[in-house]
Amino acid sequence: MSSRDLILGRVRRALATAGEADTPYEQAVSRDYLREHGERTAEETVDLLAENLTEYRAVVHRTNAEELPNVIMRLLALRGPRYVLVPPGLPAQWMSAADPTRVHDRAVSTPHDLDKVESVVTGCAVAIAETGTIVLDGSPDQGRRRITLVPDHHICVVRVPAQVVSSVPQAMERLAPTRPLTWISGPSATSDIELDRVEGVHGPRTLEVVLLSEE
Amino acid sequence: MSGTFIGMPAFPEAAREAVGNRTLRRNLRHATHTIRAKRAKAVAEVSDWAALREAGRQIKDHTLRHLDRYLVQLEESVTAAGGTVHWAADAVEANRIVAELVKATGESEVVKVKSMATQEIGLNEALEAEGIRAYETDLAELIVQLGKDRPSHILVPAIHRNRGEIRDIFRSEMGAWGRPAPEGLTDTPAELAEAARLHLREKFLRARVGISGANFMVAETGTLVVVESEGNGRMCLTLPETLISVVGIEKLVPTWRDLEVFLQTLPRSSTAERMNPYTSMWTGTTDAETADGPRTFHLVLLDNGRTDTLADQVGRQALRCIRCSACLNVCPVYERAGGHAYGSVYPGPIGAILSPQLRGTQSEIDASLPYASSLCGACYEVCPVAIDIPEVLVHLRERVVQGGPVTRAGNKVVLKPAKGHAAERAAMRAARWAFGHPGALRTGQRIASRSRRFHPRTLPGPGRAWSASRDLPPVPAEPFRDWWQRTHVTGRGAGAGSAGDQASGHDQGDGK
Repeated sequence: MSSRDLILGRVRRALATAGEADTPYEQAVSRDYLREHGERTAEETVDLLAENLTEYRAVVHRTNAEELPNVIMRLLALRGPRYVLVPPGLPAQWMSAADPTRVHDRAVSTPHDLDKVESVVTGCAVAIAETGTIVLDGSPDQGRRRITLVPDHHICVVRVPAQVVSSVPQAMERLAPTRPLTWISGPSATSDIELDRVEGVHGPRTLEVVLLSEE
Repeated sequence: MSGTFIGMPAFPEAAREAVGNRTLRRNLRHATHTIRAKRAKAVAEVSDWAALREAGRQIKDHTLRHLDRYLVQLEESVTAAGGTVHWAADAVEANRIVAELVKATGESEVVKVKSMATQEIGLNEALEAEGIRAYETDLAELIVQLGKDRPSHILVPAIHRNRGEIRDIFRSEMGAWGRPAPEGLTDTPAELAEAARLHLREKFLRARVGISGANFMVAETGTLVVVESEGNGRMCLTLPETLISVVGIEKLVPTWRDLEVFLQTLPRSSTAERMNPYTSMWTGTTDAETADGPRTFHLVLLDNGRTDTLADQVGRQALRCIRCSACLNVCPVYERAGGHAYGSVYPGPIGAILSPQLRGTQSEIDASLPYASSLCGACYEVCPVAIDIPEVLVHLRERVVQGGPVTRAGNKVVLKPAKGHAAERAAMRAARWAFGHPGALRTGQRIASRSRRFHPRTLPGPGRAWSASRDLPPVPAEPFRDWWQRTHVTGRGAGAGSAGDQASGHDQGDGK
């Protein structure tokens, strides 16, 4: 007998004596929990996102479409990287004022190549205000997961209020499970030393979130 | 090296030794009290916590009730998404599958994401025996691995180490495993984290094979979820060409939407955060054009005692566990005894009900674990999937003492009553006989009352363990029934106080 059949057989025997009613999935779970916590205007939701991102040590900036290239240029200039990674579908205009040499994802073929790039600029799929989370789904303006992982400095542009939701349940509705997803809440951190949070381990140690107002 | 718990002494002996270690107690007290207050605050922030907890319980119960169906569905979804599914009935089989998969890649080293399942099966040791070196990349696991230590906490395996000890381990051991610790390393947490970053980065960048567990698997989509903080998980899940995930069969949820419950309750319960820094979700492999992450993905579904646990209608609720470790952090016993005393990778209250079910109660340590609790119930209160740990503890105590039918490796067997409880059983038998013979009981009680002056303060023989930490209750000068006879029955109506009036309607059997 294969282990598959063995395990499934054990499961069925274990459940044979269960005797409970065979409640269908839809009725088995009472979803009495909230779709979002509290009522907020779109503007207040964006404020909450900024607040929660900041509390977990992300650096938040606010700008509009016109100023965005200058903001990105300034943020990069402050760190002075020679190279900056850009995903294939990043709007060209975002980087129009930036000085460092742009490197495309495909050009860095190995992790070692990637390790030589200091900064990366991406968009995002959705941002969650209540938890201070940005979610990347590998769309063309975000690129492969590795490019937002190895560089030490990540600039993520969030279109507000369009890309901002209040809660985790609302975010789940917008995301496609077939895409590789990365949920990011602040820079990399650890609680492994005396259960106290310290920022900065393996992922980017500096996370800058630019809230791009589209009004 | 971590993972071997064979031949562990029973909990009381191991705990006695641990309680005598003052550094350990100070480290544990500091860490558990820090996280306790933070968790309470994080949970209080969400007004619908009770509803989330109940939904989490229901999702897990429903999944377990139809586990066969959802496992088959998961297998189909993962396969359709480009992954390969393997089934492992026990630790030996899981280790063999993983070792063969690694060998097939031609590699002799792997990077690992922290995973309870691979700890449970002793994967690192098994790989080492096959000439494959497994590098732990979670900071706490790294501390444990470098210190040739054993994990003592589900979330923070090195919780028993303070910063000074961690610095010493890094200084003396990192060099043997790769990049040595920086010169002049101090014990500030930020510097320690930086040392780990530098030490591990070269391993991440050259790794060809990653090994992980998973916090959740979604049956309908074939999606796996890893919840982490440091980014070592992301490194292991995205940079290598081959990814092997070893996951217990109970980690399943039916639908994508179900994750919205656990992604709210898990971070708040474990690290007391609104959300942990990084959560990775992947579904099989991506196509050559996207080329995001490993090109080859293997999922090893692990039983290793889980189906046996499922067969126990009271005990199966332990399979709801999402490994948050909130129950460890609030437990007064864990706080004092530490994780090692539990003799398992699953310490604390959840370990006390999980280990004896996954491994059976034959060994000394497993038979003692259901007693490693004061039954205060704090663990149940904080559990985000409402596992009634005290209920299962009592159920398992009964099994240990009385024996009875259980399922081991898929077979129904009848356990014999545990030997160690012979004296207790004899006492219970004697009590049963005495209560069935009122005359003998009366005589016995009178003798006990009259000889009370000579009663010892502690019990002799096997009873010594009981009276070592408790006073024997004093025997009254007069047995209750004699007192009742004297004050109520013979002088009916005359000497009865108000207490007697209240009781007289209920108790009529004795005085006749």
